[in-house]
Amino acid sequence: MTFINIEANTDMRFSEDQQMIQEAARGFCQDKSDIEAVRKLLDSETGFQPEIWQEMVELGWLGMCIDEAHGGSALSLDCLIPIAESMGRQLLATPFFASTLAAQLIQRAGSEAQKTRYLPMIASGTIATLALLDNEDWGAALSKCNLSADGKINGRKVLVEAAAQAEIFIVLCQQGEQQRLVIIERSELDNSAIETHTLIDETKRAGIVSLNDFSISEAQLMPTSAADALADVKLIGALLIAAESVGSTAACLNLTVEYLNTRKQFNKLIGSYQALKHPTVDMLNMMEGARSQVYHAATLLADSQGDITRDAEIACRMSKASANDALLFAGDRAVQFHGGMGFTYECDAQLYIRRAQWSQQHYGDSAYHRKRLAPLILA
Amino acid sequence: MQTDATTLDAFRAEVSQWLINNIPEDPGFLLPQSFMEVGSEEQLEFLIAWQKKVYEAGYLGMAWPKEYGGGGMPQVYQNIVDEELMNHKAPIIFNVIGLGWAGPLILDMGTEEEKQKYIKGILTADDIWCQGFSEPDHGSDLGNAQTRAVRDGDDYIVNGSKIWTTFGNYAKYMILLARTNPDAPSKYAGLSFFLSPMHADGISTTPIQKITGEYGFCQTFFDDARIPASCLMGEENQGWKVAMRTLEYERSVHGGQASTYKFLPIAMEDLLHSCKTIERDGKPLLEDPVVQDQLVQFLIEEKSLALMKERGDIPELCTDYPFSLALSGKLIATELFRRARQYAVSLQGAKGGLYVGDNMAIEGGQWQRGYFNNFSATIGGGTSQVQANIIAEHALGLPK
Ligand SMILES: Cc1cc2nc3c(=O)[nH]c(=O)nc-3n(C[C@H](O)[C@H](O)[C@H](O)COP(=O)(O)OP(=O)(O)OC[C@H]3O[C@@H](n4cnc5c(N)ncnc54)[C@H](O)[C@@H]3O)c2cc1C
Repeated sequence: MTFINIEANTDMRFSEDQQMIQEAARGFCQDKSDIEAVRKLLDSETGFQPEIWQEMVELGWLGMCIDEAHGGSALSLDCLIPIAESMGRQLLATPFFASTLAAQLIQRAGSEAQKTRYLPMIASGTIATLALLDNEDWGAALSKCNLSADGKINGRKVLVEAAAQAEIFIVLCQQGEQQRLVIIERSELDNSAIETHTLIDETKRAGIVSLNDFSISEAQLMPTSAADALADVKLIGALLIAAESVGSTAACLNLTVEYLNTRKQFNKLIGSYQALKHPTVDMLNMMEGARSQVYHAATLLADSQGDITRDAEIACRMSKASANDALLFAGDRAVQFHGGMGFTYECDAQLYIRRAQWSQQHYGDSAYHRKRLAPLILA
Repeated sequence: MQTDATTLDAFRAEVSQWLINNIPEDPGFLLPQSFMEVGSEEQLEFLIAWQKKVYEAGYLGMAWPKEYGGGGMPQVYQNIVDEELMNHKAPIIFNVIGLGWAGPLILDMGTEEEKQKYIKGILTADDIWCQGFSEPDHGSDLGNAQTRAVRDGDDYIVNGSKIWTTFGNYAKYMILLARTNPDAPSKYAGLSFFLSPMHADGISTTPIQKITGEYGFCQTFFDDARIPASCLMGEENQGWKVAMRTLEYERSVHGGQASTYKFLPIAMEDLLHSCKTIERDGKPLLEDPVVQDQLVQFLIEEKSLALMKERGDIPELCTDYPFSLALSGKLIATELFRRARQYAVSLQGAKGGLYVGDNMAIEGGQWQRGYFNNFSATIGGGTSQVQANIIAEHALGLPK
């Protein structure tokens, strides 16, 4: 169909590296994370199995985009996408995203000493995380977490991914006009500094990090340019979560199609009713749209060697907005289309709608991204 | 023929320049926004002349075989031309039923004689084609078509009526679906497919006025019309399969079209332009955050659509439901544009109530007319609801 006049960039490729990783990641996630395994972990403390994490490390996933000099394999960012999508598909939750994004930030803006210390640790499986939010606002211009001139932090970071599991925290603080990022190691924190949240998505883990007159040394401060790098890393975060959501949407769609093909009412398979059939087609189309956005964004990031160009920013934001909407719609309809069964804890539809609610806010909901797209594309 | 990037870029530049030099001036009357809207002699003459010009420049049927009048070149050349036609908002290439459906069908499964007879005339627009599928009582349920064709010596005698026949009153040929065996075991088994002449005794057409007030399609009557038995395409009673094949071309499931430039692009860009001049609450509409949000949403969807087309070429990224992208294109695109055009009218404030012909209408009322005309695409070629059934059943595997 050629209705449209797209002057925008529509490049999309799927590299050999990506293909190989896709194959490996699909197989791995299917193997390690069937629905039973997912459910077993719901009320566990950490939300993941250490052996599986270790295998991911051995597969090289944690160092995938880290420089070779720092223990990684220096692949381009598009290689993360098939992993994220495969994890989403199997609802395999680990601190993979948190660690990967922390590594991105250190690699982009850390001091040499910080890179040398932390990147090899992350590549070999030490869990790292970003502590960004002080409240619910992903769009806050100023942090409420204060860094005083004499190096003391006062504040409370909330919704920190894998807070209870992480060994390395990158904390966003405010120093006067400036945003500063500080690297803190778990060993420096009291146990009481960390609390865990109760999350809507029981596969995920996040918590609170409280810092009261917490003294840091100069060496823990990231260079001032880190605040700019953070903006880029947040877009990469949005893209990774979008890729993960696309995978979850596909799984949610499969679950729904399966039920529509087995459940009978009025002597007919319920899938023959158009009131169910047509919204299921909408799920499919929304997923296909979001997936296309995601692989396009991945291509642009590979082409720019990780730089967030204007086109890449547009693509990441569009990916997140469309992936949010697709998974929310799919999860919502999956519950409804399972009838009374859909209202139960036992029905897997709940896993997807809960995931949808978590993921939509993580690195920005749809309206947040549309608002930032407006000046980029309506000018 | 080379298809490396440098050659193709040079070719694109050449086409673009040719279009700049050759796109005709505004003729002073309304041009149709899609092939389904050609409704007057002056529009038709204009479009015939334009198609001829494009063909003679070598930019039409570029991938069709040389021996029948095509260019014998790789498809990518035609794709570039189609994109450039769109980028330059050229008038549409109107002989769509020939170029898009009958032509590829004849090239695929026609005899040598049929290829010699029909293909060139489709490209030059000397032979306009129409499609006789829908009937007054059987539209979506096309398999139930009841127009009768009875073999009589070297002829078939046809009785019945087709409706919504685009180009019916201008066409020389019709792809016709008619019932040759009313007692067949299933409704599909008794149908045959014909490449029927339109200029034959007993065939007449009556134009029908459309929702826009213009004319554009016809009812076609067959009253003991005799058509040569040689018009039969494929075997008698095997017509359903052939008809399905043409519908797949029509819904862009298959390639092979001489050109796919059949709708005037209605770019979001144009919508943005209007939003800069239209006022709401004393300010340009584009400054209204509510409007911005909705426009961005449309732009995301528009981009998704373009990207889905790209992804369709990467099989490793289409493993879930391999047919979905090909089957969904028409539904997604036509529904998106229906919503966008409806929204565009809603943005016009009080002027949303004006129509083509009023000299205060915004952009001549093109959004109003475009919104109405958009239904041709959500209804014609299989309604959106029927498309959704097809996707559900054939891509997702849901029951009938
Ligand atoms: C501008 C235009 C040009 C056209 N040109 C041609 C042409 O050149 N040649 C030609 O042969 N035909 C042409 N058509 C006809 C077109 O293919 C039919 O209108 C279309 O297939 C619908 O058939 P119908 O009009 O009989 O509507 P109906 O089939 O009666 O449909 C009425 C409503 O019921 C819905 N509906 C029907 N069946 C189902 C179902 N199973 N599930 C869910 N909903 C259903 C439809 O979606 C629609 O909303 C054209 C139509 C238009 C609008």
